[in-house]
Amino acid sequence: MRITQGTFSFLPDLTDAEIKAQIQYALEQGWAISVEYTDDPHPRNYFWEMWGNPMFDLKDAAGAMSEVTTARKAHPNLYVRVNAFDATRGFETTRLSFIVNRPKDEPGYRLTRQEGEGRNIRYTIESYATNAPEGRRYQ
Amino acid sequence: MSDATFAAAADRSGETVNLSTLLTDSQVNEVLDELDRELIGLRPVKARVRDIAALLLVERARKQVGLVGGSPSLHMSFTGNPGTGKTTVAQRMAQILHRLGYVRKGHLVAVTRDDLVGQYIGHTAPKTKEILKKAMGGVLFIDEAYYLYRPENERDYGQEAIEILLQVMENQRDDLVVILAGYADRMNTFFMSNPGLSSRIAHHIDFPDFAPEELEHIAQTMLEQMQYRLSESAMLALREYIPLRMTQPHFANARSIRNALDRARLRQANRLFAQKNKDVTREDLMTIEGDDLRASRVFA
Repeated sequence: MRITQGTFSFLPDLTDAEIKAQIQYALEQGWAISVEYTDDPHPRNYFWEMWGNPMFDLKDAAGAMSEVTTARKAHPNLYVRVNAFDATRGFETTRLSFIVNRPKDEPGYRLTRQEGEGRNIRYTIESYATNAPEGRRYQ
Repeated sequence: MSDATFAAAADRSGETVNLSTLLTDSQVNEVLDELDRELIGLRPVKARVRDIAALLLVERARKQVGLVGGSPSLHMSFTGNPGTGKTTVAQRMAQILHRLGYVRKGHLVAVTRDDLVGQYIGHTAPKTKEILKKAMGGVLFIDEAYYLYRPENERDYGQEAIEILLQVMENQRDDLVVILAGYADRMNTFFMSNPGLSSRIAHHIDFPDFAPEELEHIAQTMLEQMQYRLSESAMLALREYIPLRMTQPHFANARSIRNALDRARLRQANRLFAQKNKDVTREDLMTIEGDDLRASRVFA
């Protein structure tokens, strides 16, 4: 199951030129670019691992693109995303975030039902990939 | 080359490109004229900058008619004594390269050793890479580049910075242009001990010292920009001051002149302040008198 998180996730994977154009757009808005990766695709997992420091004061996408390339090379079978952070007062948040690399095989989620008090049922999802311990998923 | 591409290339042999339209389109002439107008002296430097601009323009014309020559190496080294205009020319160079489309953004990132070299193991590489990323799409200007290499300390992290720099200079030639600057003699020893760096730099430009008349001219331009003017006696004092200052230690060409003028402004302000019961005219506020310059310790 192809996971859909962040911007553009319903589109086919972006090409390098498209990623570069998106980064360039973000830089022109004055946003700071950062690259992150993870092996836990749960939608509520906001805190991915940082790939190096966020990049401030860039003018051209080539610099950030080289980080994206090295991150994908180092983790070819994990999720890698690009974030663009807007530091403007009032926003102070990520304005754009999109996945640039994903594992070849995405096993999807198991739906778990829990019986609650009365006849309530609580639903939760769990990624099949996270059955293995951290660092040993998607091998 | 296959027959088809060969035929295609042959078809284009009649094509012509008008170099002067290309020149006007790029608006590079304006920058060159500005360079001529605003920078005094530096004749060999201006000639080299013009040469490089011509080369880049021809390279663009070649591309238009379908000739591939690979992008030319544009890394440069600027050598010369302090205050000879290396940073200023680097800024103009960034503009020229931008107008000709050789760098995408045309900004100048000026750094020294401190910005590139870290303080402990593992600190240098991220630091250097961060600066390189900032400079992408523009020009990276490394002032006093010879400090990067410290032969007396074999564990110095400067070498690491040089290696990263070399790699990017070679592999990402389209993304940024590196300009190394520093004093001529120390740069020469620096290049001698780093042959890899020297061979990757296509343009070595030497900045000559200014002649006394040129310095006088520079002083005039600086004063004009600051909206001051010299009185008759101040002109004479300046003419005497320049050769005297040139023989003193730590003479830094245009920079020394700027400092001298700043100190003269200070004394002028003091002089005007001392006569505070008198009204000062616009003329008084603009004029630097001979005594303002003659109070300098150079005359002592």
